[in-house]
Amino acid sequence: MSHTSLLFPSLKQGLRRWRSTRVLAWTVLLVMIAFTLLPLWMVLKTALVHPAALFSSATDLLPAEPTLLNFKKVLGLVSTEEALALGGSGAEIDFMRALCNSALFTAITVTLQTACAAMAAYAFARLRFPGRQSLFGLFVASMMVPGIVTLIPNFILIRDLGWLNTMAGMVAPFCLMQGFSVFFLRQFFLSLPRDLEEAALLEGASHFTIFWRVVLPLSITPLATIATLTGINMWNEFFWPYLVGKDELLQVLPVALQTFKSQTPQGQPDWTGLMAATAITVVPTVVLLLAFGRQVVESVQFSGGK
Amino acid sequence: MRVRFLAVICTVMNPISMPSPRPAHALSATRRAETLTAWALVLPALIGFVAFYALPTLRAIAISLTDWNLLKPAHFVGLQNYAQMLHDGKFWNGMRLSAYYVLLNIPAQMVLGLFLAVAMDRLTRSLFVKSIVLLPYLLSNVLVALIWLWMLDPMMGLVNHGIDAAGFERQPFFGGVDQAMLTVAAVNIWRHMGLVAMLFLAGLQNIPRNLYEAAALEGASEWQMFRWITLPLLRPVMVFVLVTSVTGSFQIFDTIAITTNGGPLDSTRVIVHYIVQNAFSFYQMGYASAMSMTLCLLMVAYTFVQMRIMRASENDLA
Repeated sequence: MSHTSLLFPSLKQGLRRWRSTRVLAWTVLLVMIAFTLLPLWMVLKTALVHPAALFSSATDLLPAEPTLLNFKKVLGLVSTEEALALGGSGAEIDFMRALCNSALFTAITVTLQTACAAMAAYAFARLRFPGRQSLFGLFVASMMVPGIVTLIPNFILIRDLGWLNTMAGMVAPFCLMQGFSVFFLRQFFLSLPRDLEEAALLEGASHFTIFWRVVLPLSITPLATIATLTGINMWNEFFWPYLVGKDELLQVLPVALQTFKSQTPQGQPDWTGLMAATAITVVPTVVLLLAFGRQVVESVQFSGGK
Repeated sequence: MRVRFLAVICTVMNPISMPSPRPAHALSATRRAETLTAWALVLPALIGFVAFYALPTLRAIAISLTDWNLLKPAHFVGLQNYAQMLHDGKFWNGMRLSAYYVLLNIPAQMVLGLFLAVAMDRLTRSLFVKSIVLLPYLLSNVLVALIWLWMLDPMMGLVNHGIDAAGFERQPFFGGVDQAMLTVAAVNIWRHMGLVAMLFLAGLQNIPRNLYEAAALEGASEWQMFRWITLPLLRPVMVFVLVTSVTGSFQIFDTIAITTNGGPLDSTRVIVHYIVQNAFSFYQMGYASAMSMTLCLLMVAYTFVQMRIMRASENDLA
């Protein structure tokens, strides 16, 4: 509140106070930002260091002789013998494949979940049918159940269906129902004025037409918000894809990274290679923030209530 | 993203009243069409609910009453798994560690998030700054774990080089029995601090500016304004974040799976990790399900308690 300083009884005193608190606040903010960015910078720096120079350069904040060798190694652009000679484990990460798998996994789950949630939410908000309140109550109650409870039976189910190591098995539990999405969209539909829908009803439009033609076009913002939140969660989902999609052809990014890490022999991790893989994996998130920063920030803020 | 149960539950408990039905005699055909449309719209979500939530939960209860281990057919054993659990030191160790993690994690990330939010509220609306602050939360647990494994590596990590240079003894961090849990908590504080700050910032920006102007006119110091305006008016948001992040925090798993895998010496074998170990390493499906059902009951009980807490603090909502 910079302008409050002008309202202090004594301008001089106010100015001093203004300065000291502002300096303090800037210090807090800059320290926190540095604390956030330093580890990420060290990842990038390490990725740019030659494996042989790793120890001697550990405290440098800038790479003395930057090299793209680690990135090439991790992406499989140098031969295995060469990689081993460089002190790596020979482990590779099929980054493009993992990236595509992650994108596909996220796209399928977000699209289907948002669509199913919007349909159900509209019925819960506007249509009268027997069992509506109790069914909605059950949907919401499903949010209280810890993931570990359903994890074991869901794994057995997917195994019995023969869907282990298939994309279908990976996306199945996330596609149709997510309590929070239904709840969130229902709240929004309830807040829409009914006039338009009633006018359309008098014109003889069916409930489905109203949902499709009237309500959905008015709901782009909340749909984008819920899709963003779901997207962040799905992009980062680790354990389910790890259990169900371990196959190299199906690994999503978090699983591929974990695999890469566990391929490095115990006691002597291939740090430069691992950090190159990590740095590559951060890139899509940074791109997302640069492109849709406001949307992402506002969606996340929205998830905490109002 | 588990910062949300409360609003949900409170709303369900007070369903928004719907307009009374139109006279039934005029509209029975329309009503039938409406019911049909409704069921058609709900159907996909209902299938998902039944197939991946309701039936699995019932199945978990059923499995918990058996000695099923994937290899042999299951035998009904009654409550034996639950009795075994009560005498299993590792189960209690897991519960204790998860609770310890919650106590380490939540207060620290709330205090840091609050500092960050107040500083941002005072200084900048920059989307760039907000994006940086939120960035760690947008990275997966796996990435965050790898980043800090490197930073905190006993031999090569920057932090230990710093400690060494300052003349102190190098620390094992993830490898130390006394430190591993603290380290995991610190890593997740780093990841969640920005999220909490964003939620608080949204709350701060709802506080009317003229309150501060009036206080400034009265000669209030910055600290007094923070203490008597910001904190009380932010309280509902703080209570909300506090109570709703507990259940998610208690179920900490990913970070531990990547960094310590429960070790050293079970010092990070939190309850979910212990359940997963029983299910997917020892194939003790019955025992694992009994523990997960117990965890479920605990979380549901907690959610009902937190509802009461939230109700009690509702009067403060501006």
